[in-house]
Amino acid sequence: MISQITIVLFDGFAFGMLLFLLSVGLSVTLGMMNFINLAHGAFGMFGGYVAVTAMRQLGLPFLAALPLAFIAMALASVVIERSLFRRLYKAGELNQVLFTIGLVFVAAAVATFTFGTVQQVIILPDWLRGSVELWGIRFGIYRAFIILVALLVTALLVFGLERTRLGAQIRAAVDNQRMAQGLGLDVERVFAVTFALGSGLAGLGGALAVEIVGLSPSFGFQMLVYVLIVVSVGGLGSITGSFVGAALLGIGDVAGKYFWPEIGSFLIYLLLVSILLVRPLGLFGKR
Amino acid sequence: MLKTTAGAAVLALGLAFSAGAMAQETLKIGVILPYSGPFADAANQLQAGIDLYLAEHGNEVAGRTIEIIKRDTGGPAPDVARRLAQELVVRDNVDILAGFALTPEALGAAEIATEAQKLMVVMNAATSIVTEQSPYIVRTGVTIPQLNYSFGGWAYEQGIREVYTLVADYGPGIDAEASFAKGFTEAGGTIVGADRTPVANPDFSAFVQRVADASPEAVYIFVPGGAQPAAIGKALADRGIAPPDFKVLAQGELTHPEAMESMGETARGIITTFHYTLERDDPLNAAYVEGYTSANNGRKPDLFSIGGYDGMHLIFEALKATNGDTSGDALVEAAKGMAWDSPRGPMSIDPETRDVVQTVYIREVQEVDGELQNVILEEIPAVKDPLHGVAK
Repeated sequence: MISQITIVLFDGFAFGMLLFLLSVGLSVTLGMMNFINLAHGAFGMFGGYVAVTAMRQLGLPFLAALPLAFIAMALASVVIERSLFRRLYKAGELNQVLFTIGLVFVAAAVATFTFGTVQQVIILPDWLRGSVELWGIRFGIYRAFIILVALLVTALLVFGLERTRLGAQIRAAVDNQRMAQGLGLDVERVFAVTFALGSGLAGLGGALAVEIVGLSPSFGFQMLVYVLIVVSVGGLGSITGSFVGAALLGIGDVAGKYFWPEIGSFLIYLLLVSILLVRPLGLFGKR
Repeated sequence: MLKTTAGAAVLALGLAFSAGAMAQETLKIGVILPYSGPFADAANQLQAGIDLYLAEHGNEVAGRTIEIIKRDTGGPAPDVARRLAQELVVRDNVDILAGFALTPEALGAAEIATEAQKLMVVMNAATSIVTEQSPYIVRTGVTIPQLNYSFGGWAYEQGIREVYTLVADYGPGIDAEASFAKGFTEAGGTIVGADRTPVANPDFSAFVQRVADASPEAVYIFVPGGAQPAAIGKALADRGIAPPDFKVLAQGELTHPEAMESMGETARGIITTFHYTLERDDPLNAAYVEGYTSANNGRKPDLFSIGGYDGMHLIFEALKATNGDTSGDALVEAAKGMAWDSPRGPMSIDPETRDVVQTVYIREVQEVDGELQNVILEEIPAVKDPLHGVAK
């Protein structure tokens, strides 16, 4: 029984970390700029296609394709932010929601046109495949890898926000935009950098997700629900919140399906509702 | 003024005349499929099968020119399928309805086929009840009980006594679970556990752990195509539920080409039941796969493709038999009992149920010339759907 609980915790945590990587970028940008980007899942899809294309067409190794997915989506997001999103910062929430959900449809159509409707496949290197046995329990190697990447990203984000100059600027811009501008901070540039960082993380998450959840033009819709759940449970703008929320939901989802398979798929929504009833702003929400 | 009126009259007369002449020649087939949305891939593969048949046989049959009118449900959307079928019949004057990748959409359109008395060729929707919804429905795809009932019996013959079933929690999955269990328990086997997974399930680790806890001799799996086959295959392998110690049984979607590629080595030894096997050594099949892959950028045909391809074959042959008469009654009569050799193998239409009768192949993933393939272990010929006529 101990070993079963261990493996359920491990699998749930790994799934949670995948959700964390996919959604942390949205939490950061939403909390900072108050801009509701429902196309975040489509950004993840873009990263997935970048990784698949890099590996298939250019023959890059998997470990090189991951940072490439991050960089490509970060650069693309700068263009998107300059040309499309910037006009909507002052618009109402409904306009933002309608516009960005429209963007998901556009992204799905573009993906269908470019890559077709077929499921894309990532061939992992041998050392990431299969499982390893410890204390009589078999742990999936790729899942362990996802946990590792997620912990690394969390450490970098927390360190970056707490200890660097850019981090200080970001926190200042979030806490009091007008005061920051008055002190001579280029808030627009700070926002652009933050948005690129958040979008790049979505691209990275998408590239990592292909092996577990697959990749087809409907990816942007499939993952959107999970991403929004993580963000609302964690609270806006809080990296710690996203981390804890994603871990909780991942473990809740896997444990729920393991112990009560009949209602297992609803448990994640029950968790969402009960957490938001107690804490409407999410676990670590400030606003 | 007079001149223009006269001109217009002549023009109108000319148009009316050409329209009349067209109506004698053109034969319209309304194809209803979910070209967009989560099942877009299935729809595109089915359409490619239709297109390949037309490319090979031309678009003229029995003195009529075939025109395909495509309509997108974006579904699963039974109500949209019904509306589209109605529009096709009333507004576009189609002679035949075809397509129908999904059961709910076939059920939605069935009533229209009955009212309009049009032949309705169901090229995939695979639950038993579909052909019972209208006397004008003929199916050229497959039925899920057809594949799994005999598979259950076969599993017992192989010496398997205990199976854990794991199926997607929707109509086809429940059909698969019931028919496999029926075949297996009638032969004498025991189902030691049965779980159902959500239809859109991203992560299978919890369910696979439950199977591992029960440590049965074998697990039977049904998942929809797309991303899930590879995901569940890898999850099983991570838990050590893999051949040769464990038997993994499933319907053929689990080892479709993309899933095999993604699973790699872990696919070895998986046993599946299916009506179409890509690698089947047969000249008809070889030519079909060749033609299909060259027309579709190297994409290989699947169960949807073959359903569309044979659906068109049925339409062509029925029209030849009726000499171009497109009344639903004449075409259904012509389709009943029709038999032919398809790339999938010999098949026919049951005159009683208007449903497809075909060979069921039991395959195992083995290495052939350094590549993993579905190698046929057993052929069960002329299998009918076991549920028709059974009081349910």
